[in-house]
Amino acid sequence: MTGFLHRLFPHPLLTLLLALVWVLLQNEVTAGMVVFGLILGVIIPAMTAVWWPDRPSGFRLGKMMSYSVIVIWDIIVANIQVAWIVLTVPNSKLKPAWIVVPLELTQPEAITVLAGTITLTPGTVSSDLSTEGRSLLVHVLHTDDPDAVRDEIKTRYERRLLEVFS
Amino acid sequence: MSDFGDIATAACLIIGSAFILVGAIGLVRFNDSMTRLHAPTKVGTVGIGMLLLASMIHSGTLGQTSIHETLIMAFLFVTAPISAHFVAKVNMHRRACDTPPKPEQDETWATLNAPDQPEAQPATEKA
Repeated sequence: MTGFLHRLFPHPLLTLLLALVWVLLQNEVTAGMVVFGLILGVIIPAMTAVWWPDRPSGFRLGKMMSYSVIVIWDIIVANIQVAWIVLTVPNSKLKPAWIVVPLELTQPEAITVLAGTITLTPGTVSSDLSTEGRSLLVHVLHTDDPDAVRDEIKTRYERRLLEVFS
Repeated sequence: MSDFGDIATAACLIIGSAFILVGAIGLVRFNDSMTRLHAPTKVGTVGIGMLLLASMIHSGTLGQTSIHETLIMAFLFVTAPISAHFVAKVNMHRRACDTPPKPEQDETWATLNAPDQPEAQPATEKA
């Protein structure tokens, strides 16, 4: 029975996500649309399963939700900070810097989420990954203390992502 | 109730446009390509987010609930970092920015690891 369920829903979260996106695209919540979304959610993961052989097994949705809330809050706060920098700090006083973040995360999906978070948070852009994928290169728009920015990325985002992708 | 909706819509539109304006100012006034990258990719997300929020509130006040906009937001949040990442990689590849420090754990950065590339070719300005 569990084998059958696993065959039907190889990727249950993707099924839910596809159904949700379908309903949102239709812009109305009706039973027919939900059912059709779920049908798509069953067919698409089954047909694309070949292309994701090594997807991460442990993914905690709850932790990801709280992570998203923190990230969205940070994006709003940092946007105001960057707007302030853009308007007030003259070019000659701007202190851009490269930061090297040594990674504890090993899964490609987790590193992708971390890099995306860093880029979405204003003031920092993740620029490159080292050849073996064990360090992340981040560019900072304006900082007095690059080490503090690195420590904040590690404690605020990476530690939480380690819990999400456990 | 409708008044409140109108005020909220207008406020969202103003805040969103202000952020987009700041993004455009940043794009114009910073003086190298890496710092320029920061202004539009960032300030744009919240700017467009507020405009979409205004659209949702407005359609709500008209009585036609619209939730399309959350999808636009979601796709934007997924795709915006990728374009920023690629612009940054191109900058590094063309040596249009300061040379980044060595990674702590590995030999070099993936972008700079091109074997048959002539070393340290200075990028021409405004190519």
